[in-house]
Amino acid sequence: MDVLQLARWQFGITTVYHFLMVPLTIGLSVLVAGMQTAWVRTGHRRYHEMTKFWGKLLLVNFAMGVVTGIVQEFQFGMNWNAYSRFVGDVFGAPLAMEGLVAFFVESTFLGLWIFGWDRLPKRVHLACAWAFSLATVASAYFILAANSWMQHPVGVAFVDGKPTMRSIWAVLTNNTALAAIPHTIAGAFSVAAAFIVGVAAWHLWRKRKTDDEHRATWRTSLRLGGWVGVVAFAVLAITGDTQGKLMFEQQPMKMASAEALCHTEQPASFSIIAIGDVARQNCEDVKTFNVPALLSFLAHNDFKTQVTGVEDLVGQYQAKYGTNYPDDPALGQLAGKPIDYTPNLPVTYWGFRIMIGFGAISAGIGVLALWLTRKGRMPDSKWFPRLALLGIATPFIGNSAGWIFTEMGRQPFVVVPNPSGVDGVWMFTAQAVSNLSTGEVWTSLLALTSLYLALGVVEVFLMRRYVRGGVEGVLPPEKPKQDNDSGDALAFAY
Amino acid sequence: MSLETLWFCIIVLFWLGYLFLEGFDFGVGMLLPVLGRDDTERRVMINTIGPVWDGNEVWLIVAAGAMFAAFPDWYASLFSGAYLPLLLVLLALIGRGVAFEYRGKVDSPRWRRNWDRVIVLGSWLPPLGVGLLITTTVLGLPLDEHGNRIGSAFAAVRWDTLLGALAVVGFSLVHGAAFLALKTGGELRDRARLLAIRVLPVALVPLVVLLLIVQFREGALWTVLPLAVAVGAAVVAWRKLVADRDGQAFAALGVTIAAAVVTLFGALYPDVLPSTADPANSLTVAGAASSHYALQVITWVAAFGAPAVLVYQGWTYWVFRKRISTAQIPPVHTP
Repeated sequence: MDVLQLARWQFGITTVYHFLMVPLTIGLSVLVAGMQTAWVRTGHRRYHEMTKFWGKLLLVNFAMGVVTGIVQEFQFGMNWNAYSRFVGDVFGAPLAMEGLVAFFVESTFLGLWIFGWDRLPKRVHLACAWAFSLATVASAYFILAANSWMQHPVGVAFVDGKPTMRSIWAVLTNNTALAAIPHTIAGAFSVAAAFIVGVAAWHLWRKRKTDDEHRATWRTSLRLGGWVGVVAFAVLAITGDTQGKLMFEQQPMKMASAEALCHTEQPASFSIIAIGDVARQNCEDVKTFNVPALLSFLAHNDFKTQVTGVEDLVGQYQAKYGTNYPDDPALGQLAGKPIDYTPNLPVTYWGFRIMIGFGAISAGIGVLALWLTRKGRMPDSKWFPRLALLGIATPFIGNSAGWIFTEMGRQPFVVVPNPSGVDGVWMFTAQAVSNLSTGEVWTSLLALTSLYLALGVVEVFLMRRYVRGGVEGVLPPEKPKQDNDSGDALAFAY
Repeated sequence: MSLETLWFCIIVLFWLGYLFLEGFDFGVGMLLPVLGRDDTERRVMINTIGPVWDGNEVWLIVAAGAMFAAFPDWYASLFSGAYLPLLLVLLALIGRGVAFEYRGKVDSPRWRRNWDRVIVLGSWLPPLGVGLLITTTVLGLPLDEHGNRIGSAFAAVRWDTLLGALAVVGFSLVHGAAFLALKTGGELRDRARLLAIRVLPVALVPLVVLLLIVQFREGALWTVLPLAVAVGAAVVAWRKLVADRDGQAFAALGVTIAAAVVTLFGALYPDVLPSTADPANSLTVAGAASSHYALQVITWVAAFGAPAVLVYQGWTYWVFRKRISTAQIPPVHTP
């Protein structure tokens, strides 16, 4: 493999891995802050137990999210230095804002929250939980604004061969970002919801015959998870539809690839599934279960309009952005070679379907959880907790597939040209990569991947342990207070 | 002052914040097996930095982010040029962050021992790498006309940059010992103080030698002043340690690192990354900077954001201001 391929694999692996932790952190942190609010306001024991239990799992996961995120920021300069030089004027600002406005708040107030139990007044401590959780959302906002600029560059002029920022407001309110942010945040809540439903269902089932004192904690958790999952999926569907329509305008090739739509159709039908290899030669033949005219509707809100296919788009792209890569030695093997404007069809086609399919399964489990616990009932079947535990994986898979689809679907561009934007503001992925030796990138790819794998095993091990440990595992047994120790011992310590 | 120069100063400030803050939490990690005689003592040590190390680390993230935003060429050339040292820093920081959080999550001596090893390794390697990186940016890399590194993958690893690596490690070691003297009680505190007194005269030598070399090679007339302050403050720190004044010693070490950073980056200015191959390829403050508008945008963000950070991080240190000793460590409770 050459440096370009290695760097792309590394970006894909580190990003997908990072994004296994991040959504759970975002979703759980806001929900835990909500649980703590309920506890401070009502004083009910179950809310206290919920805050402690889910808060502990949040911490186990948060550590991994933070440390895997560090790599993301440095990776641009390390593996993609030509990209960094090209986009720095625009891309750097939201990244710096993420650091200054979000990360500092996140890390500082998390420290205060972890160690501040009993040391800070109740309400101040609660405020720390909210500061932390809202900062995780803010950080998602800034990084998605940066990513959306690569998907749809706005607010710039083209000066001296580089995009130069003209309006930070345009960058931060990019319509691509405004659609992507609620979609991604809803995806985060659906992860947290499925996690809570799975774990709570398992605990409820385990305690089904005993009159366990913590049953209220698990039941309330389960219903909370169910509701959050259902609402999150509704938001996912609505924002996903908005995003799709935007993408048909901004990156028609990505959407045509998502459908493996080789030839322009009017009206265009939506394919539910394909049997066989989704490649450009046979993409018409392998698709089965087509819904007539649905793709036209998804693209333009109208059942009759035309949707342009891959073959026609390739012609348009060649006319606009050239047929061959520039004859620049920095491009290595690709210098002067024809440009392939078609993204990897199997990846985009299946990525799109897996994203939607697994998102829907996860919402289905949420509905089931609410149905089984309606009007004070208790789920007593054996299959429901098993299903709910398996269901934890579904939104993770959906999220990853969504990201792989959205990032691979824009190839061969790293900065996708904005059809209504400024000329020249786009960049091929092949032009973005650093001039490194393959040895260097292999080293980092292998080192990071194996470290990630090892730490992933540890995280899953710890998660299992704490999940099994239940409420007792996170709340130390109450000891009778003596007069002379007057709260001198730390309430929490590593 | 031009916006470019202002941002050069702000980035220097972020690096300074990083070296000052994470410097002591690195030091605490480095000393874990030296000063922590049993598990409770090691827990005391870790808990002195428990609430703050994560916030300290963000200074690195923000320093890099600010370089990306204000000087994309600097960020791109330095980070790709010093690829392997930076990778080592990242790997170590990943392990370290997880280790702090996971160490106490299972009640088993073997589990804790293994994570302690990760903490120790993760506290020695990053200051080495960061020291190498900072020295590299001051002393330069062989760069071509695009700002790309010409030499081998190890172009950043030279005797003078290795001296920089030792300088930051040495400083972190002393700074961590002084911090422990300030934040712990009982026997642990005495041992930390004694260690700081013994180690300081040796551990700060690489830093002073580095400053002299940089001053001799690239320094301006005015950078002699911060250099003198750095050395003077180190002497004061030692005397305050001997006089049993932990807080003042710790502050004096802060002055040392601040003056050292000013000397280094003062000598670097107006370059941000000199080219050792051809001076014409050097990256300069003016040449590597973002557009005026982009700089204005981040100036507004920094003008409101940075003071707020100082306030709430300062508050954190206030909330957790008490000394910690073995008596305060709660019993282990894990599932």
